[in-house]
This record gives sequence, C-alpha cells and structure tokens, in this order.
Amino acid sequence: MTTEVGSETEVKKEPEKAEEQPAAPEPPATNQTDEAKAEEAAEQSNESPALATDSAEAPTEAKENQEEAQPADNATGQEGEDPPASPPASEKKGISRFLPPWLKRQKSQSAVGPKESQVTPKEEGGVVLVKEEGEKAEQAEAEQTSLTTAAEPQVEEEQVKGEENKETEEGGEEKKDQEERLKPEGGHYFIKSPLKLTKKVKMVMCHVTMLDGSQFPCEVEKRAKGQYLFFKVCEALNLLEKDYFGLSYKDNADQMCWLDPTKEIKRQISNASWQLAFNVKFYPPDPSQLTEDITRYLLCLQLRQDIASGCLPCSFVTHSLLGSYSLQAELGDHDPDEQRLDYISDFQFAPSQTKEMEEKVVELHKTHRGMTPAQADTQFLENAKKLSMYGVDLHHAKDSEGVDIMLGVCANGLLIYKDRLRINRFAWPKILKISYKRSNFYIKIRPGETEQFESTVGFKLPNHRSAKRVWKVCVENHTFFRLMTPEAPTKAKFLTLGSKFRYSGRTQAQTRQASTLIDRPAPYFERTSSKRISRSLDGGSHLWALGNFISFFMYFSQMRLHFLIPQSGKLRVQGENIYVRHSNLMLEDLEKTQEDVLKHQASTSELKRSFMEATPETRPSQWEKRVQETVVVEEIRVAPKGSVTITTPEVVVAVETEVEKPKEEVIEEVKEEVEAQKRSVSVSSDSHSESEEEAGEYHPQVTVSASVDQIKEEPEKEEAKDHEEPDQVAEPVAEPESLPEVEVDAMPSPAVVEETPVAEPETALVAEEKEEEEEEEQPRVNGDVSHAETERIPQVICCSEPPVVKTEMVTISDTFAAQKTEIATKEVPIVHTETKTITYEAAQLDGSGDGEPGILMTAQTITSESLCTTTTTHITKTLKGGLSETRIEKRIVITGDSDIDHDQALAQAIKEAKEQHPDMSVTRVVVHKETELAEEGED
Amino acid sequence: MAGVMADFGNFTHAVVRAIPSSLAKEALRMNVSDVDLEKAQREHEVYVGVLKQKLGLEVIELPADESLPDCVFVEDAAVVCGDTALITRPGAESRRKETAAMQRALKELGLNIVEMSDENATLDGGDVLFTGREFFVGLSKRTNQRGAEILADAFKDYAVSTVPVTDGLHLKSFCSMGGPGLIVIGSSEPAQKALKIMQQMSDHRYDKLTVPDDIAANTIYMNLPGKGHVLLHCTPEEFPESAKVSAHTHTHTHTHTHTYR
Repeated sequence: MTTEVGSETEVKKEPEKAEEQPAAPEPPATNQTDEAKAEEAAEQSNESPALATDSAEAPTEAKENQEEAQPADNATGQEGEDPPASPPASEKKGISRFLPPWLKRQKSQSAVGPKESQVTPKEEGGVVLVKEEGEKAEQAEAEQTSLTTAAEPQVEEEQVKGEENKETEEGGEEKKDQEERLKPEGGHYFIKSPLKLTKKVKMVMCHVTMLDGSQFPCEVEKRAKGQYLFFKVCEALNLLEKDYFGLSYKDNADQMCWLDPTKEIKRQISNASWQLAFNVKFYPPDPSQLTEDITRYLLCLQLRQDIASGCLPCSFVTHSLLGSYSLQAELGDHDPDEQRLDYISDFQFAPSQTKEMEEKVVELHKTHRGMTPAQADTQFLENAKKLSMYGVDLHHAKDSEGVDIMLGVCANGLLIYKDRLRINRFAWPKILKISYKRSNFYIKIRPGETEQFESTVGFKLPNHRSAKRVWKVCVENHTFFRLMTPEAPTKAKFLTLGSKFRYSGRTQAQTRQASTLIDRPAPYFERTSSKRISRSLDGGSHLWALGNFISFFMYFSQMRLHFLIPQSGKLRVQGENIYVRHSNLMLEDLEKTQEDVLKHQASTSELKRSFMEATPETRPSQWEKRVQETVVVEEIRVAPKGSVTITTPEVVVAVETEVEKPKEEVIEEVKEEVEAQKRSVSVSSDSHSESEEEAGEYHPQVTVSASVDQIKEEPEKEEAKDHEEPDQVAEPVAEPESLPEVEVDAMPSPAVVEETPVAEPETALVAEEKEEEEEEEQPRVNGDVSHAETERIPQVICCSEPPVVKTEMVTISDTFAAQKTEIATKEVPIVHTETKTITYEAAQLDGSGDGEPGILMTAQTITSESLCTTTTTHITKTLKGGLSETRIEKRIVITGDSDIDHDQALAQAIKEAKEQHPDMSVTRVVVHKETELAEEGED
Repeated sequence: MAGVMADFGNFTHAVVRAIPSSLAKEALRMNVSDVDLEKAQREHEVYVGVLKQKLGLEVIELPADESLPDCVFVEDAAVVCGDTALITRPGAESRRKETAAMQRALKELGLNIVEMSDENATLDGGDVLFTGREFFVGLSKRTNQRGAEILADAFKDYAVSTVPVTDGLHLKSFCSMGGPGLIVIGSSEPAQKALKIMQQMSDHRYDKLTVPDDIAANTIYMNLPGKGHVLLHCTPEEFPESAKVSAHTHTHTHTHTHTYR
C-alpha cells in the first residue's frame, strides 16, 4: 500500500469506502488495501489529533473502525465475529452531540489533511467515544492523581498544553465538520438509536478562574469528579507539584468551598454556571523547598491575589517590597528610561495603593537589578512567608460566649483571632480530636503538663455547612502538614455516624518526596499579572489561551532539544524509543476496542507524561528499565496457522520496577511513583495525543504545520466553539472513518495478548469470560460498547503470527532491544513487535504495502464492572501471512481501600492472568495505582 | 534587599527623657514608698552615659516636663518597629500628654507616625513585647483590647497575640527579650504563667532565661552595628542572684547598668 503519500488523501478516500463497505464485503485484496489506507488514515488521524483529544478520538475511531470495519472483515472471509455495527453506530452518533469540543479534535486533524473531504470520518470517532471518555477520564484522573506525584510532572504539563491546543482547535473545526457531516451522511446514522448514547454523554462547561485572572473554559462530563477537572487545569498550567493546589467554588451562601476531588462536581457545585477557581490550598511554609519555579510562580500569583484583596495583611513597606519583586519578576530590570509610573499603576500591590507606595515600589525595584524572574519570585516568597497571616484560612465563628472571633486554620494548627488579635492557638499536637455537630465545631485539647483532663473547646459557626467546612479544612490541613501519609478513611459501616471524610490527597511529606523525582527541564511559562491582563484585554481568556499556546510550543521545542541534544547514542535512542512507543501504542489503541482506547485516551495527560518522562534527561538505564516495566505483562501467543501454537514465553515480570525506585525509604510512595511511571509509559504508548508530536517529528511538514495552524486559531475557536459545541457535537459523524481505523488495527497488531492489569492493589485479574458476563450485567456503565463487544467472541483465540511481521519487528526491535538490557533477549520478539510497529508506524504507510498487512479477523472489547473492579478486555485476532495472531489486552481497575500490599496484588494479578491464558505469554504489565478518596459520610 | 522583617534590625538611636522633680511626689506608683529623686537622677545619668559612650548610640534626650511626673518612662509613649512608630494612648490619663514630645522626636527621625486616636483604646508600651518575629501585648490595667488591635493594624506583618496580665503593672514588668529567640522571664507565678501563654500562642520557639527576680527580667537587648549583641540589665548589686544567671548564660553580653526605674 502506498500509504505514504498522504494521510489526507487516504483519509478522504476512507470515508467513502467506509460507507460503501458496510453494504457489501469486498474481496480480500481490496480489503487489505482499504485496510492499509484505513490504517494509514487512522495513524495520521491519530497523530494529528494531538494529545488531548486522544482519548476521545482514539476510542471513537476504534469503535467506528470496529463497527464499520466489520463488514470488511467479513468479506475477507474471516469469521464474522463482529456483530452488526449499525445499531451501535447510531447510538454513537447520538453521543457525539454530547462530546466536548476537545473530544472532537480528531476532526481538526483530519481537517488539516483532508479538509474538504474530511466530512464524516473524524467526527464520528470523537462522537462515539464520548461516553467512554467520561469514564476513562475519571479513571485517568484517578491515575493521574496517583501518578502525578513523581513522574506526572512532565506528562501533565505536556498534556495540558497539548490538550488545550487541540481542544480549542479541534473544537472549532470539529463542530463545523460535524455539522456538515450531519447533513449529508447523517440520515444514515441518525436513524439509529441516539437516545442511549445521549444520556451518558452529557457535558458541562466549567469555567475556572486561574490565578492570573484568566478564565479557563473546560468541558467535562456532567458526572465528572472534581479531580478530573483539577487535573485538566493542572495540565493546562503545566503544573506538577499540584498537591498544594485545589479548585474552589462558592456555595449558595457565597462561601468559598474546596471542590472535593473524589466527588462528582455536580454534587458539590450549586451555581448553575459551574464557575470555579484554581487556588493554593496548602501554603507551603517554606516555599524554597518547592521543586519547580512554576510552582513558586503560581504561589506568588496566589499571594499577590491574597495581598491585593486584603486577605493577607501587609505593612506599607512589605507591600512595597513584595510589589518590587513582582515588578522584577514580570518586567525584569528597572528601565531608567521609563520615567512614568504608568506601567506601575497597572499592578496592584495592595488593597489600596497610593502614589507613595508606587514610588516606593519603583525605588525598590531599582535595587533588584540583575535578578531573574525566578529569583524575584523566591525573594517575594521569602518575605511573604513570614507574614503572620500567610497560609491562614480564616472562618467566622463565635466563641462560647457569643463573641465574634475568627478561626484560622494553618499548617501549624488552629488559630483563634478576635479582630486582628490572636487570642489563642492550638497547635496540631495539642489537638486530640476535631469534630462538628450541627453548627458547632469542637476541638478536644490534650491536657497540659499540670492538667489532668482533656478539655473540649467549642465554637459556634454560622451554620452547619460552615461548621463542616471548618472541620474539613482542619482535617485536610492536619493531614497534609502533619502526617506522613493520609489517614485511611474509616470504612463505611452501616451504623457509623459522622462524616467519613478524610484527606485523600498527598501529604506535604509525600509531595515533597515525589517532587524530588521531578525530572524535566524547567517548563516555560509566561508571567503575567492578572491585573494587567484584565486591564489590557477584555477577553482575558483569549490572552490566556494564546499564552498557553505559546508556552506549549516553547515547551515542545525544549523537548525536541532534549532529544537531539542527548548526544550520547543511548540518550538518543531513548528519545526514539519514546517516539516509537507512542506510535506503537497508537496502533495498538486502534486495534483495541473503543473502551480500551478510551481508557488509554482518558489519560491524554498520561501519555504526555510518559512522553515527557522519557524525554527528560533520564538516565539511559532508567529509561530502559521503564520500558521493561511497561512491557512486562503482555501475553502473546503466536500460533502457526495449522494448529501449532507457538508460545513465546516471555514473562518479564516487573522486577525492574524496584530498580527504578529512587528511594527506598518511603515504600508506599515510591511504589506509587514507580507505578505512576510505568503507567505513564504505557499510557504514552496508548495515547494518541502524543502521536501528534511524534508525527511532527516524523512528518515534520504535515503534522507540524497542521498543529501550528491550529494552535494559532485555537484561542478564538475555543470560545466560540465551546459555547456552541455542546449541542452540536451530538450529531452522528463519520462512521466511515472508523472503518479505516479498524483495518489499521488489524494490520499492526500481531496477535498479541496484552494483559494490562491496572494494578490496584487488591484484586487480581478477573477472567475474561467473567468480565464479559459482568459487562452484560452492567450495560449502562459501559454503554454501547459493551453491547457491541459482547456479541463478539469473548475468549482469546490462538492465532498464527505472520512471519513477515515478526521479521520486521525484529529488525527494529533489535535496535531497541540492543539498548535494552535483559528484556531484549527474551521479550524482544514481543516488545519488538510493539516497538516495531511503532517505529514503522510512520513507515507503515509506505511499507504496509509490501509487507503483509495483517487482516483483522476479529476484534472485541469487553468491559465489565463490578463494585470494585472494572475490567476491560480487548481481543484482536489478526491474520497475517497465514498466521494468526491473537492479542489480548486486559485492563483492570481495582478500586478498593489503600491498605493493600501492592507487590502482592501485582504478583497475584500476573499470576492469574497467566493462569487464565496458559498458552500465552505475558508481554506487558502496566501497573497503575490510583488512590480513591473516600466519600464523605453524612453531612 | 534584605527582608523587611529582619528580627531586631540594628539599633542606632535611643530616646530618653529627663526625670522631672515631680516624679518623687506625683508619679503613679504601684506601692507606696518614697522615691529618692537624687539617686534616680544619678542613675539616669549613668544610663544615658552608657548609651552614648559605651554603646555609641545617638541619644535623643527629651527635656523633662514637670507637669508629666512619669514622663521619664518613655517606653510607654511609643512602639517603634521597622520604620513605623505607633504613638500610644497611655492607659493612665495623667500620662496621655507624654506622647506629644515623643511623637515630635520620632517624626524628626523620619519614622512613619501612627497615632492611636481611638478614645476607647489604651496602650502602654510597657505591655508590648516584640520578639523580633511577633508581638505580645499584655492586657493589663493600662492596655486594653482595642489598643492591642490598633497596634496590630499598625504592624500588619506581624502576629499580635494578647497575654492577660493580672499581676504587676505591665507585661514587661516581669519579662523582656534577652536576645533573638530568648525571653528573659521572672520566676514568679504570674510571670511563668504568662510565659506559658506566650509559648502556646506562638508559632515560633523561644528559649527562656528565668531569673529569680521579676524585676531583674527587665532588660534591654539590642543589636548594635559595631558591637554585636548587647544586653543591658540591672546591676549585680541590685539583684545578685539574677545577675549570676545572666552572666553565666550570656557570654557575649556587655554588662551595663540599668538601674533607672
């Protein structure tokens, strides 16, 4: 196949073909060509779609492919395992409406290439996937949270930028595309049941006020949990040390509340507008211990806000001094030529700012000459942290005698203020118990040296809600600042009274630990005073978006440098590996069922992360190790056509994991981090988002240009689209495209059974069959996917692998393998396969023709959910050169209490997986630990 | 540029006020005992001499005002921290006018003057303990909540905690700073109780130097540009026991006499 030419052309063709195909199966040869094209298209689309969209896109595509592809498969003569796609397809279309703009991004990609013809294909993908995305997103979020600590940083950053860009761009384009498509193609799709899909996909537009005053619009599934949005925001900010931050909202009483990351947003937010704010939640007592400048910068922004609003009282001199550091950070050295004070009055240094103060600020500013922005921020913080009200969260209350007081919650304990005076203080060690009842808030005090009995101090809050709010803030602050690890929430008991709420995030100790692992080049970010923004521009969000794009590019350029600079062969290899992996992953994704894809996609950020991770100056060895880890539990079974089954025994258990651990001290944490890393790696492979970048590298012209254009446009589109999209999106879009993708899947995927147990501690893997059953039981959760997939054959089938494919893979893999240590030897075949695939991904277009494109015989995805387990199994059978390959990928998300032995759980999961498929080999295991927060009990 | 809130900073000036002859008969007193005016004036001269000659401070000497018998206790008339001077509103009505001269003097020094105009507020500087990191304000017969609030408003960078002072005149009647992070405290029960409260109220940790006599805890710590840490405290003759403690604990302390009062 000559895919090389241009994804565009292919893409265009695809849609048509797809439509045609459904009607009647074509001859095998044609199919192949089509498939090849489809693959190419898919690849391209994937690449172009860009990161953020990935999750949505990939899933959609995959689904579509499956559905549409099925016809082709049938034609090929292979088993008609796939159930009729029509019903599902229709449903999907319906869903599309609900899809958020960013999900639709794919279109944008497509737009780039096949603008005219784009018509249907891309849109479809986005649409279909929407539902899943939501779920995935949550998962992803959870994962991210857990992962975030160590490895996340990089990834998130990338994601953020990428996503934003994509979203905005895609959103606009997609909408258009969808609309267009709807008309022409729509008839067909619409007919099918849109209702089902619709339900699940409801999206809501959130508006998050950033610390610089700009607005960050973000569309989330209506049922999304707080952490999903939070991570989106952190991504956008390129923030890794996110544990100090949180999202806040105003309740009905106009009181500021923290969004509980573990609960659904809609259950918390009362205002219809879903207006939130990104804020510092835990003020680090010593900001100099923060790892990254960007974190300090954000803290500075928060403090400037606190100061300007009067929440953080300062003396005149301190106002002036802090203001002068702000000037230095944002404007650089004082410009003697700049005589006028105009530029200064754009800054707000104090609640009420006098000319005198501005002059003082300028005077001090002059003394900072030569200070870098980061240094200025540091100085700012060194002075701000000494302020007595730094990090004190005040709450109105009355004492036992009805006197108005303020309760100040901070890192050290609870402060009691009467007006501006501190009248009492209860350090955390002095407090034995914190409780609230009705509108009262109580603390039980440890008896003093001379006292015999504990005493309880009660405060009267304005109402029950505020009492609870203070209580929660106390619990969170105490946990964050005083504990090494979060306290496990009390297990739900039927008769337990009181809130089960516990702070489930990381503690300061943990986040510091994690921060030590941050290994990325300092991300570029633009310093902007919110004040100036709002004054200079009406549309703050525009500016913000623009700035974001810029930073996005900057960031990537840095990344690139990284790759290139790595002089050493090894480093270079690493970079390549990364890219490769991405490509491979992408391919895999395509192969995988929608759900899988979705899951993968869900964490676009993750992909980015992993990508980032790899990129940074990781030591070669580490990178290798990581790779290994990632690869660990895959089962691949290659059976010669006949009945001969060749089993590649590659059980590379994630032994490496341990090695990677930077520090052994904090076992728990380390593990999490490690897992996170693994996860990210795997994710990266999975996610398409990265693809864009990769594509850029591989196909500089096409991809790059496309992305650039999009980016520029994004800002504008974003807003416009955001508003519009919600409704429009729903339209059924390009199912045609899906077909191509399906084909693609077949091609790349050598029959590999991948089991990716998402290593939540406890549970082991569930048998696939079981999972399937479960799926059926819980149809709504999985939505359409489950139905369609269910029909397909659940069990893993042995297939013969096409020799050719392997060969190719080997080649590539060798390079890859060579660098790897042990794995290379054993796993090489498998790993290589992936690697290969990836590597060739770009090349595939070209090579696909000569090579034997595998024929996708069957592809099924099964999703099952039980109380604490969600299992997604994706099985693909590919026929290549007379050999069939079966690949099984399992994703198991175990939700449960955190006190599980991770190692044991991992071992158990692998063991079970192996037992389930004795004749297959485990090639990859991706472990991801996600910490679930306990829900609040009764209020 | 150094931080604004740098502990004690450097001591450069001292403001004193001569002893009016009316001190002996008309000054406010905790107990009824005769005051040796001549001895007081001698001690004052020595004190000023130490400030000038030994410590090299620029001493601003305000003239005595016979209509203000307590005017020698300049500590109560103002609280200076950083570049801000809070002119107090002394708790004793008879002392309210003492602040006028002080305000003029401080203004000439270029300090930002903050006046306590609220008629419901009272504050004696003797109730204000600045530790270098925060303020403790004794709520006493002379100082009330409102006065403390105004002080908190004047020095917004710092935490201002209130400490009940039930016995004695002022908070600093039984304590003072003996150095950065060091509180010199008397050993009386009220003094120790107050110290406990201060320790509980503070985010910072302070060392304590307990002296046998409450009055001996009245010291003046200063950080002098050329001389380093200096502690003015009572003479050993006056409080022999307390002097031992000080001597042993402070190696780099210049022992000077601070007898006035």
